[in-house]
Amino acid sequence: MKLQAGRSEESLPDKEAYTAAEAVAEAERCLYCTDAPCIQACPTSIDIPTFIKKIASGNIRGSARTILEQNLLGYSCSRVCPVEVLCVGSCVYTGWGREPIQIGKLQRHATETVGALTSLYTPKPKNGKRVACIGAGPASLAFAGYLALEGTEAIIFEKRSVPGGLNTTGVAPYKLKADDSLREVQWILDLGVEVRTNTEVHPASLVNEYDAVFIGVGLGDDSKLGVPGEEGPGVVGAVDWIEQMKLGTAKAGKRVLVVGGGNTAIDVARECALLGAEDVALVYRRTKKDMSGYAHELLAAREEGVRLVESSVVTGFVRDAAGKLVAARVKTGEAEREVPCDLVVIAIGQAKLRAVAEQLGVALDKRGCVVVDDNCRTNQPKVFAGGDCINGGKEVVNAVADGRNAARHLLKEWA
Amino acid sequence: MADLSINFAGIKSPNPFWLASAPPANTGEQVMRAFDAGWGGAVWKTLGDPILNVTSRFAAVDLGTYKMMGLNNIELITDRPLDVNLKEMYEVKKRYPKHALIASLMTETKEDWRVLIKRCEDVGVDGLELNFGCPHGMCERGMGSSVGQEPKLITEITSWAKEFAKTPVLIKLTPNTGDITEAGLAAVAGGADGLSLINTIKSIIGIDLNKMVPFPAVAGASTNGGYCGPAVKPIALYMTAALAREQGIRNTPISGIGGISNWKDAAEFIALGATSVQVCTAVMHYGYRIVGDMIEGLSEYLDAQGMKSVEELRGRAVGAYREWGDLDLGHKLVARIDDKSCIGCQLCVTACHDGAHQCIFTGREEKQRPPHAHAHGNATPPTPFRVGAIAGERLPWVDEPECVGCNLCQLVCPVPGCITMQEVPGGKHETWNDRTREGRTKLPGGIHDV
Repeated sequence: MKLQAGRSEESLPDKEAYTAAEAVAEAERCLYCTDAPCIQACPTSIDIPTFIKKIASGNIRGSARTILEQNLLGYSCSRVCPVEVLCVGSCVYTGWGREPIQIGKLQRHATETVGALTSLYTPKPKNGKRVACIGAGPASLAFAGYLALEGTEAIIFEKRSVPGGLNTTGVAPYKLKADDSLREVQWILDLGVEVRTNTEVHPASLVNEYDAVFIGVGLGDDSKLGVPGEEGPGVVGAVDWIEQMKLGTAKAGKRVLVVGGGNTAIDVARECALLGAEDVALVYRRTKKDMSGYAHELLAAREEGVRLVESSVVTGFVRDAAGKLVAARVKTGEAEREVPCDLVVIAIGQAKLRAVAEQLGVALDKRGCVVVDDNCRTNQPKVFAGGDCINGGKEVVNAVADGRNAARHLLKEWA
Repeated sequence: MADLSINFAGIKSPNPFWLASAPPANTGEQVMRAFDAGWGGAVWKTLGDPILNVTSRFAAVDLGTYKMMGLNNIELITDRPLDVNLKEMYEVKKRYPKHALIASLMTETKEDWRVLIKRCEDVGVDGLELNFGCPHGMCERGMGSSVGQEPKLITEITSWAKEFAKTPVLIKLTPNTGDITEAGLAAVAGGADGLSLINTIKSIIGIDLNKMVPFPAVAGASTNGGYCGPAVKPIALYMTAALAREQGIRNTPISGIGGISNWKDAAEFIALGATSVQVCTAVMHYGYRIVGDMIEGLSEYLDAQGMKSVEELRGRAVGAYREWGDLDLGHKLVARIDDKSCIGCQLCVTACHDGAHQCIFTGREEKQRPPHAHAHGNATPPTPFRVGAIAGERLPWVDEPECVGCNLCQLVCPVPGCITMQEVPGGKHETWNDRTREGRTKLPGGIHDV
């Protein structure tokens, strides 16, 4: 799982990790609430005060165990979770007007310090069960990893060249870089999980061959605006652009427009600014308060110089005779103007990947999401699903919860 | 501004803050800097025949991120030649005639005591403090705490010193004893002009779990040391109070020692009967400069209380320190949780259920009841149900008939003022000693009740 050198994301800054002493000092601040709100806010229900108190006592391996027993991808989640709106946001210190406990940084400290999962866990002897996963993102990795710990043979098929899903190809580099994602993937593979990259599978054949099949395919291609001039160089989909930036090299352009109001749009805009674009504007069809992106992410992007253009839509693109992008037509209210630009990134969502589900006879809702029960089981008893393909695009931690819940349910059924 | 000066058995000091006999009072240069910083007196590092020390000497316990909650040392008395110390003491006294300079002494034979006392008084010290307290090293040689643990020896050596001394003689007591008043009375019987306490507590501060050697390690081994610092203050307060209220000691001034780090600590010792206080660990931690806040803080406090001098504060709390049997059994408190400032951490809930008397609950569910020795029935949530301004539905509620007023919830609550203990009026005053006098000490459910 080697990545090429000179990837664009490598030039972007990292969040600083705690030193051991800083972690202990922060851990000491935790009140150790009863029935803590942070646990309730965590989609994987990590016993946060307990792992924090273990850091304080110097029991770092125990701390990592407390995290990983609920969230096998506790390392990447510590870095990519929007903690501001989850655990940290619910810390009782916040209501009190005090600085909340930096739970994400503490979780990173514990999981990063301990590292390889095999240093904590020895997978149980084979239980004779075999499962297959389609897509090697966080949901499948959690599903496969938890089952592998209990002795189940787990294989993951991944059509891309690298595993890890959006953790590897889509997360904003300031949170997690591709090589860090792959490091965590390797920890899970070391539990005995097999991953086959560059592999397209025939889903239907898996159902007969394996005891269970897990669909963790995420979402499909970037949605398009469907306006004149969109096809051609200079106009790209956000997920595509981010993947290039993380795995290879991506040009930030000089004058950039990013279309959309979600976290992906904000990430791209911020990264273009960090990569040296002279002017980056986030063009959003409604107003700031309607944006689905987090306020703290928008603020951070604006601090890097990103401008927000509200209540505006892109109605078309202007290209020169050679087909080179010259400007975008931006309509605000009734007024339309041409805004010069050399890169436009479209971040208005992704299409649903229906094919795999359809081939397995799995029911989809009207949005195109796979329909599952509380245990992430689809209408096909041997087929489970989790992550973005069931929720339309949430956080990594939601995907991990899905994979874990499905694995736990199967283990209970098999017991 | 209140008068901070004191007169301790004839030793005059501009304020009650003295350096304790310890590393901060090891040399003349140090003591003069301390006096410049504002210290009113200093008890010089214990003099005697020079000794040899080991390396290392100190180890500490931290409480969370607070460093040196407790300090342990295995250093002995001064390792400097006596004439060097005396020369410096002479110089200090000459330059700082209004400050209190006290020589701490430790030696063995009567003749040794005679010579040592004479040589110290010849350089002009204001008083003497006999070190009967060190619980490490010197006690193995029959000095320090091995004297302080034997009332007869305390009396005998004190009377030797009184025979030779012209200046006031203070006896520094060890807490490593069964009954501190016995030691205090023995010193008074020998003629002591004052008492200093506590010296350090015999201790092992911790173990290096990789090397299996206690701290502080000396070439792969260690020894028990003397424990001091903020952690020992409650023990020192108790012992100060025990002496202050003892009939036979009452008129003997006390120099309070043990974990004093700020003016508040000092005021507490003085309120329990101390005339002066001595400080070591806090100076070792933060330096002589801490005395500035001590002087200012004590002065502000005395002014705010309308007291004109330290003397007015002295002993004010001694009367309220009583036997358990004289406490009022009819006094009743219940905990009240403020719905505005509660942050919903619910530490009080767990503390009450696991560590106290199971009377704090959460939620709207009615008739919650864990087993309880004093059960009055089922606890029901307040109506209307109270929702906290910050805590929302997480606001806990107290089943007041069950609350024994123990304070634990208030102690664990991180929000100052959120949990208060409210007095429930109407209780009949009665003490255990009252019941004993009236023959009403037998309660149902005793050993012989079947």
